[in-house]
Amino acid sequence: MTESLDQMLFVYASYGVGVVGTLAMVVQSWFAMKAAEARRDRAKGQ
Amino acid sequence: MHIYANPARFLKIAKWLTPLLLVSGLVVTGAALLWGFTQVPPDRLMGDTVRILFVHVPTAWLGMGGWTAIAIASLVELVWRHPLAAIAARAVAVPGAVFTAICLATGSIWGRPTWGTWWVWDGRLTSMLVLLFLYFGYIALSSSLAREGQSSRIAAIFGLVGAINVPIINRSVVWWNSLHQPPSITTGGSAIDPVFLWPLLIATIGFSLLFGGVILARMRMILADIQAEARLRRRAQKADMESDMQAEGAVS
Repeated sequence: MTESLDQMLFVYASYGVGVVGTLAMVVQSWFAMKAAEARRDRAKGQ
Repeated sequence: MHIYANPARFLKIAKWLTPLLLVSGLVVTGAALLWGFTQVPPDRLMGDTVRILFVHVPTAWLGMGGWTAIAIASLVELVWRHPLAAIAARAVAVPGAVFTAICLATGSIWGRPTWGTWWVWDGRLTSMLVLLFLYFGYIALSSSLAREGQSSRIAAIFGLVGAINVPIINRSVVWWNSLHQPPSITTGGSAIDPVFLWPLLIATIGFSLLFGGVILARMRMILADIQAEARLRRRAQKADMESDMQAEGAVS
């Protein structure tokens, strides 16, 4: 028995996982860095 | 090597290099993925699923490259006591784990239409899953050591010992029978047609730029946390000393 799969659905899913995962990591790292640097500057200013 | 051991000098460079790597990485990765998605023809055997490789292969290389970087930074920390080495190793762990997870997920998605199964417990897939668990263990260990203010030497030893898995992943498709194909790109050349090879190489450059940018951002975050904590601790000690002096003055 053979099954017919729409290959493009798997391509969309892979690109979705790759793009969303990478972007989430980039955005989280950037904002975590900015927040930590703001905390350091506040500690310096107090 | 110790030229860059000074955190102030490192921060001066990282300040402009971080956004540069992230922005160029986003542009190059976006262009490569768009190229792979719209311009590359379907493969003779794999069909359209060949496009998945433009995400899967770079993330697999960077997942393994991340642990190699942790092992090198751990060695530098243990042997030369480079002050930024432990911070660099901690900063690599999260992006390394994210790319390993993306590699496993996209590999599984690719396997379903190509092999007819989401997962098999063969050498390549299992050793890659072990790498993800090693990353989780390293993140938990290094974070808890940092939180407790303890030495990062135990995490460095863990980073070195875990590196044994990297050559196992690399050689797994040669040593054991596997559904996964043998290496297509080796030092002897490439078995991939240039129409697929070029977008793959450009996607790898783009993901590598993002990887570098994220590592720098996380190093800056860890350094800023250490500096803020040191300042607060100094201030608390100073306040304690002042209150002790006032108490002594009141007694005398």
